[in-house]
Amino acid sequence: MKVEITVNGERTSADVEPRTLLAHYLRENVGLKATNIGCDTTSCGACTVLVDGESVKSCTVLAVQADQLSVQTMEDLGMDHPVTAAFRQEHGLQCGFCTPGMVMAAVGLIDENPDLTEADVREGLEGNLCRCTGYHNIVRAVLVAAGKDPDAAQAEGTDDKTISPGFSAGEGAA
Amino acid sequence: MSILGTRVVRTEDPVFLTRGATYTDDLTDERLTGALHLTLVRSPIAHATITSIDVEAAKEAPGVVAVFTGADVDLAPALLFPAANPAMVRPFLATDRVRYVGEAVAAVLTEEAYQGEDAAEMVDVDYEPLDVVVDMKDALTDEVLLFPEAGTNSVTKMHFAKEEAPEDLFADCEVVVSKEIVNQRVAAAPLETRAASAYWGEDGRCTIFCSTQNAQSARDEVAGWMGLDTKDLRLILPDVGGGFGAKIGADPEFALVGWLSKKVGRPVRWNESRSENMTGMVQGRGQLQTITIGGDRDGTVKAYRLDLIADAGAYPRLGVVLPMFTRMMAPGTYDIPKVWSTAKVVATNTTSTAAYRGAGRPEATQAIERAMDLFADAIGMDPAELRKKNVVKPEQFPFTTKGGAEYDSGEYAKAIDLALEASGYDELRAEQKRRREAGDPLQLGIGVSSYVEITGGGAFVENATVEVHADGTVTVLTGTSPHGQGHATAWAMLASDQLGIPVDKITVIHGDTDLIPKGAGTMGSRSLQTGGIAVHNAAVELVEVAKQRAAERLEANVDDLVVENGTVQVKGTGSGISLAELAGADELKVYHEWDGKKPTFPFGAHVALVEVDVESGKATVERIWAVDDAGPVLNPLIFDGQRHGGIAQGIAQALLEEVVFDSEGQPLTATFADYGIPSAAELPSFDLVSMETPTPINTMGYKGIGEAGTIGSCPAVQNAVIDAVSHLGVEHIDMPLTPLRVWEAIEEARK
Repeated sequence: MKVEITVNGERTSADVEPRTLLAHYLRENVGLKATNIGCDTTSCGACTVLVDGESVKSCTVLAVQADQLSVQTMEDLGMDHPVTAAFRQEHGLQCGFCTPGMVMAAVGLIDENPDLTEADVREGLEGNLCRCTGYHNIVRAVLVAAGKDPDAAQAEGTDDKTISPGFSAGEGAA
Repeated sequence: MSILGTRVVRTEDPVFLTRGATYTDDLTDERLTGALHLTLVRSPIAHATITSIDVEAAKEAPGVVAVFTGADVDLAPALLFPAANPAMVRPFLATDRVRYVGEAVAAVLTEEAYQGEDAAEMVDVDYEPLDVVVDMKDALTDEVLLFPEAGTNSVTKMHFAKEEAPEDLFADCEVVVSKEIVNQRVAAAPLETRAASAYWGEDGRCTIFCSTQNAQSARDEVAGWMGLDTKDLRLILPDVGGGFGAKIGADPEFALVGWLSKKVGRPVRWNESRSENMTGMVQGRGQLQTITIGGDRDGTVKAYRLDLIADAGAYPRLGVVLPMFTRMMAPGTYDIPKVWSTAKVVATNTTSTAAYRGAGRPEATQAIERAMDLFADAIGMDPAELRKKNVVKPEQFPFTTKGGAEYDSGEYAKAIDLALEASGYDELRAEQKRRREAGDPLQLGIGVSSYVEITGGGAFVENATVEVHADGTVTVLTGTSPHGQGHATAWAMLASDQLGIPVDKITVIHGDTDLIPKGAGTMGSRSLQTGGIAVHNAAVELVEVAKQRAAERLEANVDDLVVENGTVQVKGTGSGISLAELAGADELKVYHEWDGKKPTFPFGAHVALVEVDVESGKATVERIWAVDDAGPVLNPLIFDGQRHGGIAQGIAQALLEEVVFDSEGQPLTATFADYGIPSAAELPSFDLVSMETPTPINTMGYKGIGEAGTIGSCPAVQNAVIDAVSHLGVEHIDMPLTPLRVWEAIEEARK
């Protein structure tokens, strides 16, 4: 089947098998290799891209479903983008494999909710796995990219029962 | 001011964050043009004889170029670890028997990757199931044998004790506590799965691009398996997407890819799926331990015994040797007068085991740290106090333990104090008491761990080449092999410190065996104290060479020369000559080999605070305070990043992760949907506390930090969860401390 997909602002098209995943289309047909595939159960999020501005796992979308739509991958951002810049500044990446998906998930998350707390970031990135960083610096990077002070945000804790940094008080607390 | 010890953002990142890193499967190298895709048919049965394999239908499938079975492969089955029973060899494709789910049975080569999956399903294999052995104790009975020709499932004699256990080990102890505990099998699960690509040049040499932690050893292994001289094999490592020990050395599949490429006369690419990875890649831990600790009611620990069985999986690999580290580190940070340990390693119908972050040492720490808590509980002493009372004192270093290790330097009690202080330990205990008295459904648990580990163990030698070029740039070649650790930045900092040339002009190259024929790679947290020191020393030597040459050119005394900002200058004068200019006149390059001769022993203490919902059993880590002392810090950005990642993996083993096989050897956790790899939502931010005690083993004082976080956090969290429910009568819960396990333990204790 013929598909026409705008990728990072450029029109691309190819004749693909109907079962071709968008992730494979981006990697093999368009030749953009940043988008990685880390699992086969749509669990890891390494393949996350934006489709018409919304973050999706490109291993869960068929290329034909993205026909006539617009896809953005990490390659489109550049180092001046607040998210990539913050990932570098905060050391939000180590081996780099989850990074393209994590960065695009973060772009989508900040776009959805610019007023992020630490808990929002952790929940918002739940679908993106990283094995290197323990997420600590990824969370910081996303907060920085969203214009937040990560030190203050991480000290605020996670819920309204907080009695000290990160410390949930429980039902029996005075 | 020196660049060392400062926070330098990584030189790797601009590429990683724009074009993306280039992993093996991303390669567009022209040498791989026209490569065929390899799809492996893998056994769905844990133990069976193969009665027939029909590949005819698969051969006719679209895009199929060739299909091979074990009968076609003329590579001798390989013994994957030298000290293993020599009968326990693994064929590159199974021939008459399969021994675990996921064992490769046939190889399908296709033009396109999708075609391979279709064709692989058409390979028809007939299996005659055999009895399966999964449980380690069952395996020790030798009732079901994986290798009948071996006559036993016992894998090695390397851990057999040279002498009899002393009978009076606990004779003078007022209190003795014993417990059988499990250090469960876990998956390293690097986000990049295994991958290899191969082509043969017209010169008859084979080049394999692959994902591993040590190019040179992997080259030697693959060459051995393929029957090649090592000079006829080149390994090139593109970027590697995480390893955590599971990518140490080569996998037999790498040799198969090379063999297939030769057979069909075309390049071949292989990139496994995650489901394949979760049974095919080596897994970690997997020890059944019996811990016995004895001492007096005043808190003096007098004797400790550790008896362990380690699971090697179906084909023994690096997991065979790891109990050596577990036994060596058995006494942990403590000065215990009598220590005894035994280890057995057994084959089972499961995935092979090898290193995973810590590799033998976390198993030791978990055991002794559980033992300390059990003993503290038995004598009614605060677990932190008990630890401080028994740790090795600063004046005792260097300290040779009853485990046979020589601890280089440490202040173990101070590390515990720093962690306690940071956590506000007394207040936490007060809050815990209050919740217990109130019968709060959300109980607090506070867990303490004190740990010491070995880094740079086993491979003490590493090399580096530093070369200044005429354009003022620098190339560093290293035998270490980063896969996320930031060596490109860290090694550039070490060179920059001596040469006065900025890090962005310094390129670090690794992982190409033609450019760097020697090297031991990155594992066991060894890189900085071996490869880093080699870079430092090479740069120091290069400065001396440059001064000698500059002295002639400047007609100055060598002793009057200093190197600043990339220029050799005569002290107190404006005259000088740049390193670039010297390099333009004559090659300015130094190769240095460094032998530290000994490992180092980083240490620390963690305090974990968990909240346990006693109605559901769910445990949540609220905070974790970590003191991880690995000597002076080269780059705090990278140092803390290593700690974060390590802490997360330790918490994950404590609470979430376990590779599970059913009694038939079927893996129940073979996808990321089933295996408990944590997301950001399941982890807290981490509180790091600084402490730097140098080692005397190298001039810079550096120890390793890669695995410390995992080793410290895992027992702290397990102890914390058990502490949260100990007042309900719970003594011990095996990891992972899932809500079900915790809930069951509470229910059991209430009976």
